[in-house]
Amino acid sequence: MDIILGIKVQDGTIIATSKAATRGISVLKDSDDKTRVLNPHNLVAYTGESGDTVQFAEYVQANVQLYTMRENDIELSPKATASFVRNQLATSIRSRKPYQVNVLIAGYDTKTDTPTLNWIDYLGTQVELPYGAHGYAGFYATSLLDKHYRKDMKVEQGLELLQLCLKELETRMPIDFKGVYIKVVDKDGIKALN
Amino acid sequence: MSRRYDSRTTIFSPEGRLYQVEYAQEAISMAGTAIGILSTEGVVLACEKKVTSKLLDNDGSAEKLYVISDNMICAVAGMTADASILVNNARVNAQSYLKTYNEEIPCEILIKRVCDVKQGYTQHGGLRPFGVSFLYAGYDDRYEFQLFTSNPSGNYSGWKATSIGANNSAAQTLLKKDYKDELTLKEACELAIKVLSKTMDSSNLNSDKLEFATLSLSKTTPGKVIHKIWGESDIDALIKESGVLDEKSQDDD
Repeated sequence: MDIILGIKVQDGTIIATSKAATRGISVLKDSDDKTRVLNPHNLVAYTGESGDTVQFAEYVQANVQLYTMRENDIELSPKATASFVRNQLATSIRSRKPYQVNVLIAGYDTKTDTPTLNWIDYLGTQVELPYGAHGYAGFYATSLLDKHYRKDMKVEQGLELLQLCLKELETRMPIDFKGVYIKVVDKDGIKALN
Repeated sequence: MSRRYDSRTTIFSPEGRLYQVEYAQEAISMAGTAIGILSTEGVVLACEKKVTSKLLDNDGSAEKLYVISDNMICAVAGMTADASILVNNARVNAQSYLKTYNEEIPCEILIKRVCDVKQGYTQHGGLRPFGVSFLYAGYDDRYEFQLFTSNPSGNYSGWKATSIGANNSAAQTLLKKDYKDELTLKEACELAIKVLSKTMDSSNLNSDKLEFATLSLSKTTPGKVIHKIWGESDIDALIKESGVLDEKSQDDD
């Protein structure tokens, strides 16, 4: 029941991930960060099978960083990053033991000055969305996002909308998810709020 | 004594040289000339065709110019059979990059990958180096129009105008003299013809002895790269327009 939410606004993309790491009926940790920084303008947030998630995210992280090293400090664009991740998951699903990982990739394309949010699931489905979520969080948050999301929103208004979603999640979710980490990807890179 | 170090590609001679690699480069300097010129609006590649027989059944396709991907073309000097292996490798690499990243492969990445293959043949035992040099013309959104060369050793370098094959040093001197940074594509084509007309030994220049290709951006769709391998009539028209033949006949008088 991990929560990962993403909202793309005009000048950046916001990502929220729950802090609880659970196993069965126990909460193991209340400060678990379900994101990895791929490069200065790409952040991946993940949910899924607990061992697979970190393994996969760090594999992708290593490969994206390897690309930057090989290509004279040129960053992989958000589109290319998302395609690469999709390709990895699409290959994995056709293997003996597929990764059971779903991700959201928040990116900012410095060349075209556009923020992006990519939604990719373990089957290799990839879509670019204005807002999205994986898991149960989606059931509670999408209707709110459908109603209140505006294309011309800035990061500040995006964060207000996110708070609205989180309030709903706190009242409706059957277990305590220990709050969320909020991160914003914009032209200056990735920064963590709270 | 030097014979002892000739037969294997991978063994250094006492002077620290790899003879087989040097011989491969030597073979290329006898192949037909190919020149490339970068302009503000695109890149031009031009080559000299060496084998011209009336009996040769030509299907119209160029023999030394290849399309590698949507944003890259190349010209070859040296052994065409070796070249086709590397061109195929380059095409596969370009498509596999496109498949993984959903973006066209940046020129330098592709060239680096092909050069890694070439380098491998100067180091692994029992193999012969590829007897080809390439001229690559490409476009990507990182560095826009680009011109590169690569040789059998696996080295590559970027140029504003350069040449490979026979008489390449003469061609290079001519290019150095006449190249300007603000050249248009048309001017670059004319310069290419002019240089070739002086380096080729044939007296009458015509489309039978030349191959021409240009890479430019579409005027209607932004960001779309157009590559064109020229037909005979286009080449003849360019030769006429550039006036190199007139100059020649004046020289003869």
